[in-house]
Amino acid sequence: MRTRRFAAGNAVRILVLSVGAIIMIIPFIYMLSTSFKEQTYVFTNPPQFIPDPATTANYEQAIESSDFVRYFMNSLIVAVISTALSLLVSSMMAYAFARFRFRFKETLFRVLLLGLMIPAIMLIIPQFILAKNLHLLDSLVGLIVFYVAGSLALNTFLLRGFFESIPAELDQAMQVDGANAWLRYWKLALPLAKPGLATATIFTFLACWDEFTIALTLTNSPENRTLPIAIQLFAGQGNNAVQWGLVFAASMIAIVPVIIVFLVFQRYFVQGLTSGAVKG
Amino acid sequence: MSVLSTGESLSAGVAEVLSVTPAPPKKRRRRSKGRAVLAATPYLFLAPGFILFAVTVLYPTVQAFQMSFFDWKIVGSAASEFLGLDNYAKAFADDHFWLALSNSGVYMVLTVAPQIIIGLAIALLIQKKSPTQPLFRVLFYLPVVTSWVVVSFLFKFLFSDDGLINFALGDLLQITNGDTAWLADRWTALIAICALGVWKGIGWSMMIFLAALQGVPQTLVEAATMDGTNRWQRFKVVTVPAIWPALLFVTVMLVIGGFNVFVSVYLITGGGPAGRTDVLLTYMYEQAFNNLDFGYGSAIAVILTVLVFALSVVQMRVFRDRNGGGAL
Repeated sequence: MRTRRFAAGNAVRILVLSVGAIIMIIPFIYMLSTSFKEQTYVFTNPPQFIPDPATTANYEQAIESSDFVRYFMNSLIVAVISTALSLLVSSMMAYAFARFRFRFKETLFRVLLLGLMIPAIMLIIPQFILAKNLHLLDSLVGLIVFYVAGSLALNTFLLRGFFESIPAELDQAMQVDGANAWLRYWKLALPLAKPGLATATIFTFLACWDEFTIALTLTNSPENRTLPIAIQLFAGQGNNAVQWGLVFAASMIAIVPVIIVFLVFQRYFVQGLTSGAVKG
Repeated sequence: MSVLSTGESLSAGVAEVLSVTPAPPKKRRRRSKGRAVLAATPYLFLAPGFILFAVTVLYPTVQAFQMSFFDWKIVGSAASEFLGLDNYAKAFADDHFWLALSNSGVYMVLTVAPQIIIGLAIALLIQKKSPTQPLFRVLFYLPVVTSWVVVSFLFKFLFSDDGLINFALGDLLQITNGDTAWLADRWTALIAICALGVWKGIGWSMMIFLAALQGVPQTLVEAATMDGTNRWQRFKVVTVPAIWPALLFVTVMLVIGGFNVFVSVYLITGGGPAGRTDVLLTYMYEQAFNNLDFGYGSAIAVILTVLVFALSVVQMRVFRDRNGGGAL
C-alpha cells in the first residue's frame, strides 16, 4: 500500500519534471533544427522540427564566410585564461577573508561586494578611458583584465563561504605540523573547496564566453573579435531578412564549449562539501 | 518548534560543514587570537585581487560619479563643462527616463518571483537521488549556460510574426489568432523579454537551491516526520530556515540582475518600437554612445546604481530580521 502510493507520487514527480524539461529545451531543438534549414524553409506552417530538406550549408557558410575559427579561438583563449586567473586571485582573497583576522576586514569585504551591485555597463565609459590609458584597447589582454576584474566580487563572495565551512581544526592541525599560510591555502583549502571552485569555474567561464558589451566597446578590429560579437554581426548582415539558419548555425557552434565545461564540472556542483574530510 | 530546539545542537555542526551556501559574514567562525600569523600575510593574499579591483572597478565607479556632474567631452582636448546636478535634474524631468525606469521595474517584478518560486519548486522535485536526477538537472540548467547573445536572438526568432510562439498559441492551442506582433508593442515585447529572463534564469536559482537543500539537516526532517507534521509544515519549519541564506542570496542577485538587464533588450527590440521598451541601461547606452552625452548617461547609471544598492540593503535588512526572529 505504502509503496504503491510512493510509486504513484514518484510518477507524478517525473511527469511534472518531464513537461517542464520539454518546455525548457524546445527552443534549443527548434534552433538546432533551424540551423539545418534553407532560408525559404525557416518559417513554415506548421513549423518543421525535422528539417526537410536538411542542409549543412549554414554551417559551411558560417565557418567559411568569415574568420569564424579565429573568433572561436579568441573566445576560448580569453575565457580560459580569465577563468584561471580569476579563480586564483579571488580564492586567495576569499581565503584571507575566511581565515585571517586583520584590520578593515569587513570594510574591505563590503567594498568588494559593492562590485556586485554596480551595473557593469555603468563602468563602460570610464573603463574605456582606462583601457586607452593603459594601452589595453583592442586587445585580448585588455578583455582578460576586465573580465577577471569583473568576476572577482562574486567569486570571492562564493568561495569565502566554502572556505569558512572547512573545519578550523584541520587548519590548526596543519599549522601544528608547521605549514605556513600559503601551504594551508594551496594544499588544504583549495582541494576541500573543489565544489566551490567548480561552481566558480562554471559561472566565470560562462560570463567570459558570453560577454558582449565590454567586447563590443573595447575591441574593434576583426582579429580581436569574440564569438558573441561575430554572432551579432551575422544577425545584422543581410539587408532586411535575418538569415536565421546562419545565425543559429554559428550559435550552435558557440554553445558546444559551454556544454562541455558544464558537463565536466557539474558532478562537483551539488556534491556535499567537506564530507570526505570529515570522514577521513 | 520543539523539534528544532532538540535537534539543533546535534545537527548544527554537520549542517554547517555540509552547507554549500555562502555563510553570511555575520556568522563567521571566531578565530583564536594571537596565532603566530605574520601581520602582512592576509594583505599579501588580498593584494593581487584587490589592487586589480580598485583600479578597474572602484576607480571607474568614482569616475562615473564624477562624469555625471559634467557635460563630459570624450573627444580630444575639449574641456568638459561642470554642470553640477543639471544631469540629474534633466533625468527627473525626462519622461523617457521614467518610462525606461518603469520598464526596468516591470522586468524586475515579472522575472524575480517566478525564478525563485519555479526554481525552488524544481529543486524540491529534483533533489531526491535517482537515475533521472542528473539528466533533469542538465536540461533545466541548459539555458543558463547558453550565451545571452544566442538566446536573445533565439527568442527574437520564437516571438517573430511567423514564429513558434504564434503558432503554438494560435494554431495549436487556439488561445490567440496567432498573428500577434509581439515585438511591435511595448507590453507584448516586454512579455517576450521577461519570458526569456525567466526561462534563462530558472536553472540558476534551481542549482543554488539544490545546493542549499543538501544542507538541510535530515535528522530534523526525520524528527519532524515522527512528530506527525505534514509536508508543508516540514517545509516551513525545517527547510525554509535551513536554506534562508540561499534565499537571501538568490533574491538579492536576481533583483540586481533584473535592473541590469541590457543585452536581451538591446538585441531583441533595441528599445523599440520608438523606445517604448527601453530599460534604464539601454537608454543610458543610447544617451552615451548615440547622443554622445556621456554626462547624462553617467547620471542615469548612477541613479540606477543608487537604486539597486538601496534595494539590496533593504532586502538584507528584511531577510536578517526574519532570520534573527526565526527558528535558526
